[in-house]
Amino acid sequence: MHSTNQIIKFVLIMTALVAVVLAGMNTVLKPIHQKNEAVYNKRAILTAVNDYLPSPVTELSDEQVDEIFSKISQTVIKSDGTLVDEAGVMAAGYKEGTASSIDMGKERKKAESEQIFPAYQFTGENGKKFYIVTVRGKGLWDEIWGNIAFEEDINTIAGVAFDHKGETPGLGAEIKDNKDFYTQFKGKKIYEDGKLRSVFVRKGGAKDPVYEVDGISGATITADGVTEMLGRGLQYYEPYFKTLKG
Amino acid sequence: MAETKVLEKKESGLSFGKAERKLLTDPLDSNNPITVQVLGICSALAVTTLVSKAFVMAIAVMFVLAFSNLITSFLRNSIPKQVRMIVQLVIIAALVTVVELTLKAASYPIFKELSVFIGLIITNCIIMGRLEAYAMSNRPWRAFLDGIGNGLGYGIILIIVAVVREFFGKGALGGYKLFGPGVDFLIDTSSISWLSWYAPNNLFVLFPSAMFVIGILIWIHRAWRPNLVDIS
Repeated sequence: MHSTNQIIKFVLIMTALVAVVLAGMNTVLKPIHQKNEAVYNKRAILTAVNDYLPSPVTELSDEQVDEIFSKISQTVIKSDGTLVDEAGVMAAGYKEGTASSIDMGKERKKAESEQIFPAYQFTGENGKKFYIVTVRGKGLWDEIWGNIAFEEDINTIAGVAFDHKGETPGLGAEIKDNKDFYTQFKGKKIYEDGKLRSVFVRKGGAKDPVYEVDGISGATITADGVTEMLGRGLQYYEPYFKTLKG
Repeated sequence: MAETKVLEKKESGLSFGKAERKLLTDPLDSNNPITVQVLGICSALAVTTLVSKAFVMAIAVMFVLAFSNLITSFLRNSIPKQVRMIVQLVIIAALVTVVELTLKAASYPIFKELSVFIGLIITNCIIMGRLEAYAMSNRPWRAFLDGIGNGLGYGIILIIVAVVREFFGKGALGGYKLFGPGVDFLIDTSSISWLSWYAPNNLFVLFPSAMFVIGILIWIHRAWRPNLVDIS
């Protein structure tokens, strides 16, 4: 039998050892983690303009992703359309001060007037311009988000890339995995007679060829989440879109 | 405890005989952690939608199992019995964190996909079960082999289930599209007249299918080895 003293000593030494080893490992690997995460986020944004890249995002190397992304101009805006400078982004809690460092999950928890939103301008090979915005909402189990790319008219969707935290594989997760779902968005429009209408994910099949896409059977709540996320998310960007259109 | 110490002195070194081989092969068949002991079902349901996920998970569990067995076995005589479970948990949690940090650095997309379930290895009953049942009363080398063996037994079932689910659910294996309707697939079933009705069954992607697949595996295993039927 061990005495209480021995037990405490054993536990303390063991915990300290484990803590030192793990902390050391974390410190050593942290730069790699951060780099990986940055590239991962950049890939997610570029996926929205996948069709206009020299080759699909999944086939690009990390260096190529960095290179393409360095040519993208980044803007940060507020929901009233005003621009936020680098210092403003840093003040909001992002050390790097860039649009791509913004965590939309954190922003969603702030008051609407304080939220900041990233916006990107990507110029394709033939000089064609694309505007990419980020939206975030709620699926069935957890958060869902997406990057939406618009063509130069800021009306026609050029591509979308959705992702999610914990939707059911085979059902809600299809918003990310099923090519037949997300490619539907390409060519859809968000403005009707100058008014923002957004795109509607309709259960049972799209009825309007311009403003609706087919839903996913068995994933009604995730699909409704996508509709809500697009409607609300694009509203935040509307004042900014107006300033762009002049 | 004194008796076990005397026994240990007789056998030493990293010998690999019949007993050691049994440690590796038993969990693959007559003592399989999933189909015979029915442990670790949670992760077997969750990470078997894709073969690649199942493979990474199997490697991760094998690593944690082997090294937590090894460390626990080294410490077995100095671990105070009153707090042994807490100590075991600290060992497991530390190793799982090591796996998590390594995976995050080595392959971020896979880490993103598996993230929650890597953390949940801590609660995998197989690991705690092996530490209590084997590592606490056996020498390090054998405990290590026992960990590898059980990791293999767990991993092989995981991969079998994932192969069935990915093939019938998505028509793919390891991400390569093999069998289904459409030009993307290696074998385009829509172009073969007698197979034109075929479509990947989405039910296989959903969790309940894993329950059925594992159930059927248990059935096959017991039909093949009738002596297992009365064990559990």
